[in-house]
Amino acid sequence: MNAIIIAAVLGVIMMFSGLFLKKSSSIAALATISMLVLLVVTVMDLSGYHFFPVDTHGMLYFDVFGLLFDCIVFAATLILFLLNAKDIAAIGHNPGEYFALIFFVLCGVVIASSFNTLLMLFLGIEIMSIPLYILTGSNKRNLKSNEASLKYLLMGAFSTGLMLLGIAFVYGATERGTFVVDELAFGRAVISPLMIAGILLIIASMAFKVSAVPFHFWAPDVYDGAPTPVTSFMATVVKGAAFIAFIRLFGDAFGTMRPQWKLFIALIAAATLLIGNITAVFQQSAKRMLAYSSVAHVGFMLFALITLNTLAKEGILLYIAVYCAATIGLFAVIARMKDYSFEGFNGLASRYPGLALLITIFLLSLAGIPFTGGFLAKYYMIAALIQDGHMLWLVILSLICAAISIYYYFRIIQAMYFREGSGQELEIGRGFTGWLSLLAVIIVVLGIFPYWLLDRLYIIYI
Amino acid sequence: MIPVLLIAVPLVAGLLAFLMKDGGARGLALFASLLTLVVAIWSVAEPNGSKLLEINTDWISGAINSRFALSMDGLAKILCLLTAISFPVIFISTWGEQYRKAKNFFGLMLLSQAGMLGVFLAADALLFYFFWEIALVPVYFLASQWGGERRIQATFKFFVYTFFGSLMMLIAIIYIAQHNHDHSFSLGAFYSARGTIKGSEQTWLFWLMFLAFAIKMPIFPFHTWQPDTYEQAPAAVTMVLSGVMVKMGIYGLIRWLAPVLNLGTYIWGDTVSALCITGMIYASLIALRQDDLKRLVAYSSIAHMGLMCLAVFATTESGMQGVMIQIFNHGINIIGLWVIVYLIEKRFHTRKISELGGMAEKSPALTAMLVIVALANIALPLTNGFVGEFLMFTGVYGSKATTYNVVFTVTAALTIILAAVYMLNMVQKVCYGGANKLTEQSLVLKPNEKMVLVVIVILILLVGVYPDPLLQLTRSASESILAKMNFNP
Repeated sequence: MNAIIIAAVLGVIMMFSGLFLKKSSSIAALATISMLVLLVVTVMDLSGYHFFPVDTHGMLYFDVFGLLFDCIVFAATLILFLLNAKDIAAIGHNPGEYFALIFFVLCGVVIASSFNTLLMLFLGIEIMSIPLYILTGSNKRNLKSNEASLKYLLMGAFSTGLMLLGIAFVYGATERGTFVVDELAFGRAVISPLMIAGILLIIASMAFKVSAVPFHFWAPDVYDGAPTPVTSFMATVVKGAAFIAFIRLFGDAFGTMRPQWKLFIALIAAATLLIGNITAVFQQSAKRMLAYSSVAHVGFMLFALITLNTLAKEGILLYIAVYCAATIGLFAVIARMKDYSFEGFNGLASRYPGLALLITIFLLSLAGIPFTGGFLAKYYMIAALIQDGHMLWLVILSLICAAISIYYYFRIIQAMYFREGSGQELEIGRGFTGWLSLLAVIIVVLGIFPYWLLDRLYIIYI
Repeated sequence: MIPVLLIAVPLVAGLLAFLMKDGGARGLALFASLLTLVVAIWSVAEPNGSKLLEINTDWISGAINSRFALSMDGLAKILCLLTAISFPVIFISTWGEQYRKAKNFFGLMLLSQAGMLGVFLAADALLFYFFWEIALVPVYFLASQWGGERRIQATFKFFVYTFFGSLMMLIAIIYIAQHNHDHSFSLGAFYSARGTIKGSEQTWLFWLMFLAFAIKMPIFPFHTWQPDTYEQAPAAVTMVLSGVMVKMGIYGLIRWLAPVLNLGTYIWGDTVSALCITGMIYASLIALRQDDLKRLVAYSSIAHMGLMCLAVFATTESGMQGVMIQIFNHGINIIGLWVIVYLIEKRFHTRKISELGGMAEKSPALTAMLVIVALANIALPLTNGFVGEFLMFTGVYGSKATTYNVVFTVTAALTIILAAVYMLNMVQKVCYGGANKLTEQSLVLKPNEKMVLVVIVILILLVGVYPDPLLQLTRSASESILAKMNFNP
């Protein structure tokens, strides 16, 4: 509960920060400090210090899983601010508003990760989405940004409609009607055509939110058009939150009906892996490539949804953590580049050897090479699927796709190290490299000792 | 204790090398590799089962039950010894070579050594997989950064091939671990899992795992990355690749596949053996037609690795012993060949056999070395190659695991003749005949080059005449692995 209220309050403060702070750099600093405060109160919430004893009448349910996820994405946002706050403030005229919108999104993230009725899920998803429509179009003078915003708004509204319809169907299919997750799980839900239709509609809209194939078409355009720091935020924090909502919904509410929807999700995962990876191979710009790669990673994350066992629950948190770290790091560098085609990386290693090494670690992690968190994250997903049994075809398909992904991730490594080029001038300070190094250290440490993070799941404070 | 040292010395030195000056890094690399050699010799002197040869501590617990476990038996010892000998030999023989950003080169070389030693020492499947991949990454960077003209494509092909293979192996590892009641990855648990995995599962699990090893060795038809990569990689990296890294494949087969999936190994034994034989003959025939020295050695290596793989599937005492000591011998011989090829190329600026000639007159010392190494490669008696290949042929002939043992022995023996043809043909053309414009100047060996070649020749002859210490070293490992491979149907 701490996070929801504090995030909303901080959002309002940021909105009015333009009144008393004139310089955009001080607004950025205020945003970073606010983010730190938000992270701290959430960690305290996780440790048992609840500041706001609000009775939600069972509408929200805060468990360790959801709170730990909140901590991970808040930490990710904090590092994003530390790396890119200046870039966010430089997008337009009123930097305070962008930060305010981000805090409102985070408020939605918390609701979406701790809902206990379908209404709250809907509210969370919407609170997350609406500020994002604005953020996507925040670069007003850029046509691509406008196009992305419009596209995202239209498609997003449509998928929201689907979700509402799905929720209504589910409500109608239960006897006496209920939105409450626990009641859906225990006995009140009867398998009927109406129920199945409702579930399928909800799957479609959630697949849209996490950009799974075949509902992914918006993602590359929106990611490409939106200002880079916003893309970074969308591809990591927002996607992660939608995913956690997806898992909570299907694990808790529809878990008993898993046989009904398991194969459907498996097919979506297979299509996501194939199309995400193969399309990424043909991209010419690193930013677009990362957009498709983020689609491809959804394929792996969906394994957690298919299996829903312990490995999956632990694994998805690890996956989100290392995926956020690597993606935020890469987008942070891209935000500072003028030319983000693959050729733009040529010769970067000779000009900035330290930065090239960090980028290499991020890419190796995304590709899933051992000793980076990316490997263990993929490992957990695959192990979960093998433990579940019966889906070996999906395991083999996913690993073939992982081999394909080597191709496009290594293109950047090849460009940086082995291709001739002068390397473009980048505005990179010592602090920037320092925070990037922190991300790299997190990736490597999680790749060797994942339990430093995952043990938090089992520590319960009362 | 010793296993940790073996990995830590090159690892720490490798990381330090990145921070040093170019010249200092070279010295540090040599020092670290010699220190590793000392530790490796210490490990060989330590009796099997000694507490010093093992370590087992917590690593990842919970849903993944993997431990940081390293252990050494005779097989691990002989491979660590090979690795530890190879690196100083490589550093000394290429001492004069100038590299751009040399500190990175030496740092990566040492990291790859640490990775390979980790592969040979790991007693936990997940740890084994970690090291398996981590040995690959530095080699990828080494070959793509300092290699020949087509290095980027060639090395990338190599990387994708091996990465794909290892991913398939990963599936098999997870699958077997899930079968264990506590989901343990330890070697012991894997060995006891074999009773619980059904034959129908073993048939496909075998291929998932074997694919990784077959690509690494390489076994026909997964060998296509190898000649290109050997040709394009810089000399020192080619030596690492062919001397040590391909041994990871055969090691994995002996340690993690044959004793774990013994039923699958038995079922597919004939198929794989046929592939080995095909590859041996095919590679030998291609080697006959090669004009490039590097490609010739590359193809001859495919033929030799094929024989080792064949002998593993024979499941006999002498075959297994032969493989274990041939791993060592082949490593020494092929590094010797690469050193000579490197010297020839450096001095005469060509690797084309047709452009060389008359070396015997101008540089008798090098010629003598080349002849000895070439003869060892053909497995002439009194050289180390003979001991290993003789044991392997005996093993294949006496195999009870296959009904085609005679066919396999005869066709495999054919490749020895072919090896004699292409090797002697090469020696003849390179050393004898008239000198031409390129080869006029004499090739005087520098002290460091002389030292390396003398060490290699001594090792070749020593093992050839008195192989007993190596056989003693590997006997118990060979017996215990054979005991696990055998089953009573």
